[in-house]
Amino acid sequence: MEGDKMDNPIICVRQLTKKYGDFTAVDHLDLEIATGEIFGLLGPNGAGKSTTILMLLGLSEPTSGEIEVCGTDPVRSPLAVKRLVGYLPDNIGFYEGWTALENLILTAQLNGISYTDAKQRALSLLEKVGLQDVVEKKVGKFSRGMRQRLGLADSLIKEPKVLILDEPTLGLDPMGVKDFTSLIVRLSREEKLTVLLSSHQLYQVQQICDRVGLFIKGKLVADGPIQDLALRLFQDKTRHIQLKVHQTDIQRTRDILENMQAVKAIKQKDDMFQINADDMIVHQLAKMLVEQDITIAQLQQRTYGIEDIYAHYFEGGSTYEDK
Amino acid sequence: MRISNNNKLYALSILVRKEIADHIRSWKFIVLLAIILLTCVASLYTSLQALKNTAPTPNDSDAAFFFLKIFTTSDGTMPSFHLFVGFLGPLLGICLGFDAVNSEFNGRTLGRILSQPIHRDYFLNAKFIGALTVIGSLFASLILLTIGTATLLVGFPPSLIECNRLFLFTLLTVVYIAFWLNLSMLFSVRFRHTATSALVAIAIWMFFTVFYPIIINIVAKAVQPNPYASEAEIMQYQHFMLTLMRFAPSQLYSDGTNMLLMPSIRSLGPLHMEQLQGAIPSPLPVWESIKVAWSQMVALIACTIVCFAASYYFFMRKEIRC
Repeated sequence: MEGDKMDNPIICVRQLTKKYGDFTAVDHLDLEIATGEIFGLLGPNGAGKSTTILMLLGLSEPTSGEIEVCGTDPVRSPLAVKRLVGYLPDNIGFYEGWTALENLILTAQLNGISYTDAKQRALSLLEKVGLQDVVEKKVGKFSRGMRQRLGLADSLIKEPKVLILDEPTLGLDPMGVKDFTSLIVRLSREEKLTVLLSSHQLYQVQQICDRVGLFIKGKLVADGPIQDLALRLFQDKTRHIQLKVHQTDIQRTRDILENMQAVKAIKQKDDMFQINADDMIVHQLAKMLVEQDITIAQLQQRTYGIEDIYAHYFEGGSTYEDK
Repeated sequence: MRISNNNKLYALSILVRKEIADHIRSWKFIVLLAIILLTCVASLYTSLQALKNTAPTPNDSDAAFFFLKIFTTSDGTMPSFHLFVGFLGPLLGICLGFDAVNSEFNGRTLGRILSQPIHRDYFLNAKFIGALTVIGSLFASLILLTIGTATLLVGFPPSLIECNRLFLFTLLTVVYIAFWLNLSMLFSVRFRHTATSALVAIAIWMFFTVFYPIIINIVAKAVQPNPYASEAEIMQYQHFMLTLMRFAPSQLYSDGTNMLLMPSIRSLGPLHMEQLQGAIPSPLPVWESIKVAWSQMVALIACTIVCFAASYYFFMRKEIRC
């Protein structure tokens, strides 16, 4: 857990636990999300992400613990929370026989908006998400990407303060994911929203989140900005360097590497070297190679991304059955 | 902009409107509506024909109630209206309720609706009120249309007593169908697949319409008293059989409708000769008729409420995640 306290957390969760019989879906979760940030809740399937989200919305009752969303307890007054929180479930369902517009108007009306206002708002939102041409089309004929866009419009129609997206990019093709995530970022900045999104797809989320929380087996194992997370987690770890040289220079390269103190292990496959080192030696290594007039085809220090963080925890939690 | 939060019924009315629109647009309802309309119109037509051609016998105490007779008379080719409703009504109720909750659950629209700022029970209440509105308006208009046509044909309007009785008959019919509606809604909350809930509801309906009478016949044969048995024994046997029959909701309904539509009926069970002695063969007032079938009507209403309460209980505790 991070030590620094937030000034104005809009979502605040303390010691949240949810049990289904003997199974603990969420285990003493502590989480704070600041107003206006995009927070990514990352974790494998079955980690308890959706359960946490349902509890934040007051749709599921926690076994123990406290939740505060926009200053309100969703267990005590779910209606007040649901009025302020837009929710896009994974695999959102619409009334297939209804048009996109009718589906949105229904949601708006359930939020207490009159028909004329609802229609106006639905039309402007459909334009914002790029569905202005299929307003009168039945949702049953929509593609997966269009449904997700409609879902986003649906969760925004109540003009929420917080937007909760559960696996928003699931089932979209790479272009669709890119479009959709940029749409989320754009809309959330425009409307000054706090966004909480859950995902098991790392790269897409990495790009748009201000902060992420890693969620494994009902526990938040780490949270913070991705770069910080990598630094903190891997500061004691060895660095991996990948080096590729010209065929004629292989033997000379090997000699240089073996003489370097910082190098701990060398794996060689033809002209490819995999080097494990203690310190940041790329710079030093490059200099030496150039001095020896070795032709470098490729020199790369591997940076740690979210996937390594993920893998780190998966491997750490060896009991995790999907791995 | 926003309608005031005090007006919480606004959201409910939106949901009810959605339900009614869904029912009216759905094919299963249209098909069933066509079947019910055709059979009912046919049976009403035959009864009007029969009534037109046969003058009432002088000692018929129901002769004054022409408009009630339309719904109970038949010329032998078709069952009368109230028998048809007793038979097809359950099917209508099941059709409107069997996929109420689980289809929304499977279509994942349930989560979307419930994540809006509405109370959770609004969803179920709207399902119930919506279907009930459809059933109520269907039967009210059917009966009103019949009365209108009959008035045109015979040239005199129904009396106030007849109107009262027909109003109560409509109410009883709606309650009866609401029972089946609630039963199938209970299954739709409990079972995840719409096919399961539909089949279970239809199985129960089949059981009570086809197999229950057979079982009763078998029981009747087994416990039948000797023809020379004492009067008390025979009475006891009759009461026992009637009690058994009244476990079927259709029996409760037909007891109730018989009392409402045939004012001369004085008892639904066996009567002693001495009980009949001195009785004037005249129709009972509405309130007296109701009293005769009071327990049946209350039982029917109670069954409806129990089914609704059970589905309410299960729905409120249901985990809505898929």
